[in-house]
Amino acid sequence: MKHESIEINSALLIILTLVVISIGGLVEIVPLFHIKGTVEKVEGVHPYTPLEQLGRDVYVREGCYLCHSQQIRPFRDEQLRYGHYSLAAESKYDHPFQWGSKRTGPDLARVGGKYSNEWMTQHLIHPQSLVPESIMPSYPWLMQPLKYQDIEARMKALRDVGVPYSLTKAEYEANVKKFGKDMADQFVIANGIKSVKAEAAAENWDGNPKEITEMDALVAYLQVLGTMVDFSKYNQGYFSTFR
Amino acid sequence: MSQSPENKKGQVETTGHVWDGDLREYNNPLPRWWLWGFYGTIIFAVVYWILYPAWPYADTYTKGISTVSFQSPVIGPDGKPEKGADGQPKMETKTEHWNSRALFYQEMQSSPSAVAQKEWLAKVKDMSFEQIAANPDTLNFARSMGHGLFGDHCAACHGTGGQGHLAMNPEGSYPNLADNAWIHGSSYEKIVSAITNGIQGNMPAFGALYKGEKLTDLAQYVLSLSHQPGVNEEAANRGKASFATCAGCHGANGQGNQAIGAPNLTDQAWAFVDVPGAKNYDDKLKLVEGVIDHGLQHQMPKFGDRLSPEQIRLLAVYVRQLGGT
Ligand code: HEC
Ligand code: HEC
Ligand code: HEC
Repeated sequence: MKHESIEINSALLIILTLVVISIGGLVEIVPLFHIKGTVEKVEGVHPYTPLEQLGRDVYVREGCYLCHSQQIRPFRDEQLRYGHYSLAAESKYDHPFQWGSKRTGPDLARVGGKYSNEWMTQHLIHPQSLVPESIMPSYPWLMQPLKYQDIEARMKALRDVGVPYSLTKAEYEANVKKFGKDMADQFVIANGIKSVKAEAAAENWDGNPKEITEMDALVAYLQVLGTMVDFSKYNQGYFSTFR
Repeated sequence: MSQSPENKKGQVETTGHVWDGDLREYNNPLPRWWLWGFYGTIIFAVVYWILYPAWPYADTYTKGISTVSFQSPVIGPDGKPEKGADGQPKMETKTEHWNSRALFYQEMQSSPSAVAQKEWLAKVKDMSFEQIAANPDTLNFARSMGHGLFGDHCAACHGTGGQGHLAMNPEGSYPNLADNAWIHGSSYEKIVSAITNGIQGNMPAFGALYKGEKLTDLAQYVLSLSHQPGVNEEAANRGKASFATCAGCHGANGQGNQAIGAPNLTDQAWAFVDVPGAKNYDDKLKLVEGVIDHGLQHQMPKFGDRLSPEQIRLLAVYVRQLGGT
């Protein structure tokens, strides 16, 4: 083909440009699906419980990711401030992941357990009441009732992209083996609504035990972030063998 | 688009493209520097492929010949880190292909700032809290390191200067660490334990026991303990008998009990109830009645898994030098 015929045919030019650019992308991305160490072998990472997953959906809806990343990079300053660097394995059930690089506020990858539920709730309702110099917006409407009727549909959608929520008995049993019975019970799609209610009742997330609110879900989600892997079990250097 | 006549006359070569009858495109060679720059990037790429991880194949990738070495604990036959004679984990040098995580371990162990910090940590390791606080150099170190740690982990609750928050809603209050009033005690050991294990502060609700006038009288008595202006002495005297219920925790005279974290009710420092900020005496009464009626819960998270024992020791020194004694 003569170069001239590409230059004078804009449709052909666009198609060939896309082909050339996508080779660059494919060479970088496709092998990651085949390379063994991309997702580290590590114990403890499990899918979100239904309540946590709904909290995650609130997090995404409110656009918290616009100011907060969830990815601690392997640098000394980040380790000192936030804790162990994030593993790929820790976000293997995140769809979409919340890594990001925009940090108007602090990274939240390991915020779970750093504050009390009361603090989280009060901070979300009005950050400046606790951190006077904060520029984080207030989210008072999160105290509204949580819509959880569609949790089963949400779990099904996530199952379609690979999160092991279970529909069949065989899937359930595989989950029991992998995550233990308590967890596996919560991952049964047909129990979605029951699980949400049970988890909301089990802990005083937002100080209002009478109602299941969006705050309950969001706080439950924030409190599990970065807590799944017990890093004391892994030797320094273990995770570098995956890179 | 036709060959132009000038071209044949040996002038500057053009591409042969002609627009509007007379606009032509010169076909000059690339500038030398640009061309060499281009070859340079190709050579750079080849060197990079040789040194660093680059090409994927099958289920792995070329690792490159460049390496990074760092110290890693020796793992014994039982799968646990082995301890050396001094009780510290035995370390061995591990060498990996060049990657960001190995570089990170190296940075944690041998970057200039890490080494400088380690020297100071070694210096204070065997000193007592009092010794660290008495020596201006080590106190300075505890201050600077403590300031960073406090800002990252504690300031969101206790305020940037440790001044705490007194909120109208007592559940939203966080204690002042910079004053002389301590709920659990000012000793270094108490502070270390608070940081390491966290605190579950819990006062039960007495709403079922005290209602109406009885509740108000008791609240009057509580306020009389710290001599709040406006106390109705008669009511306070009536309430005194009810305080027997409270004395088990707050002490017979309301002086508090640090062993169980029951605050002193006789001083002007309020840990959770914003009596000083109340607009008038009636509001103060309501606040105290509220606490008696539905109790109080506060949680301080534990930082034992998040911070190292050394960091916690330095934080304790930092907290003590905030002003409280
Ligand atoms: C405009 C940017 C912005 C947005 C949007 C935002 N935040 Fe923040 N956030 C901040 C800043 C700045 C801080 C640090 C000051 C503070 O603690 O308030 C912060 C702090 C936090 C912290 C405490 C982190 C720590 O380690 O101290 C949490 C938790 C948090 N935000 C959660 C959220 C959630 C959940 C949302 C969405 C509902 C959200 N933020 C939306 C800016 C933002
Ligand atoms: C989620 C909020 C929160 C965070 C974060 C937090 N604290 Fe606290 N802290 C509290 C609360 C609430 C109490 C009071 C507990 C009680 O007695 O009910 C407390 C009590 C204390 C006490 C005891 C005070 C006294 O008067 O006896 C000390 C010391 C202390 N905190 C230090 C720290 C340090 C140091 C950090 C950072 C590593 C920290 N706290 C982080 C909430 C927090
Ligand atoms: C079981 C022990 C216990 C008993 C009994 C008890 N308290 Fe308390 N009280 C506490 C504790 C613990 C706190 C701190 C609560 C916290 O950390 O959230 C507290 C806090 C308070 C405070 C807030 C002090 C401040 O500085 O903000 C007041 C006021 C108070 N109690 C009054 C009473 C009265 C009045 C009674 C009797 C009806 C009573 N308490 C009975 C344990 C007790």
